[in-house]
Amino acid sequence: MPEIRIRKKLILIEEIFHEGGPSAATPQRRGAALVVIHNPYAGSYVENIAEFMEDLKPLGLSMAQSLLAALGGSASIVEGYGKGAIVGTAGEIEHGALWHVPGGYAMRELLGGAKAIVPSTKKVGAPGTRLDVPVTHINASYVRSHFDAMEVGINDAPRADEILLALVMTTGPRVHARVGGLKASEIKGEDGLR
Amino acid sequence: MKAKIRKIAVFLEETRTEMGRAVDPPTRRAAAAAVIENPCAGKYVEDLSELMDIGEELGELLTQKAVAALGIPGNVAESYGKAAAVGENGELEHAAAVLHPKLGTPVRRVLGKGAALIPSSKKRGACGVSLDIPLGHKDAAFVRSHFDGMEVRINDAPRANEILVAIAVTDSGRPLPRVGGLSKSQIKGEDGLR
Repeated sequence: MPEIRIRKKLILIEEIFHEGGPSAATPQRRGAALVVIHNPYAGSYVENIAEFMEDLKPLGLSMAQSLLAALGGSASIVEGYGKGAIVGTAGEIEHGALWHVPGGYAMRELLGGAKAIVPSTKKVGAPGTRLDVPVTHINASYVRSHFDAMEVGINDAPRADEILLALVMTTGPRVHARVGGLKASEIKGEDGLR
Repeated sequence: MKAKIRKIAVFLEETRTEMGRAVDPPTRRAAAAAVIENPCAGKYVEDLSELMDIGEELGELLTQKAVAALGIPGNVAESYGKAAAVGENGELEHAAAVLHPKLGTPVRRVLGKGAALIPSSKKRGACGVSLDIPLGHKDAAFVRSHFDGMEVRINDAPRANEILVAIAVTDSGRPLPRVGGLSKSQIKGEDGLR
């Protein structure tokens, strides 16, 4: 079972007051927890990698907890979420796919059984590579006001034999949401979609 | 056409080996991107319906371009995604207006089906900003082998009064998928999730 070796962590919090329109009474906040770990599979083709997903679960949970603490501590303020990974250049995109299960598990666990699939993206890249982490509502993927994204990255990561893991949470709709569609107030919350 | 298009770019990626191991047949993904004038740039415009109509036009045009680049009938496509980057004189909400209300219907028409949510991301940025288009299976969002992302960028776009709009389509999932989960052979294709 590969050991998890963390090189660094970063928490980012954005607070958005307006984008040229009326200032929001409560600014929207978007937060990201980033962790850079050693990629145990870097440098060669390894067939059996899936066991690492289980090993990553405690790390995912601790990232989600740190992020929630930075956003104010209460799970009730989190309305949107997303996840992503950047794999260093000695790794495969498939190594980034290892993050799907533990990243999703961590946030659902912490947010009290959020129903929607956690949107995600991933890429292979050099240190400083940026990633647009997609964001949707935690209980109903089709809530249009909460379709969003947060760009994240770290100047010196991922090195070739590293993976940068990301979790993102948001506290509300886009600051000037006004393109209609399903509203958060209309969520049925049965299937994770509407 | 309502959209004032300055340029269109089409990207076709074909992955033939990963970590030295052959990917046969190669996985392929295509993205088509349009650089359009932002009719709402520079001021706060309450009603964004013009951008929504532009989204409908681009949904058809860009999906056709992507499918043509892959050289496949639309109904053979396996995964899809969409994204937009708004130049600095626009709002994030302008990207939402292009992407969410009307763009999906023509995408699904060109591809024959598409029961799943079209994953998306959006951002603001300067010329040369990179855009990560999240990818998911078009008929079942939980197909783990098809969770992916494609980065696109155009060096001279978006200018301050422009929007870069991109649609990605694939005929395959990730190269050498091996992290388990729902596979495409298990798709029921009824609820868009499984």
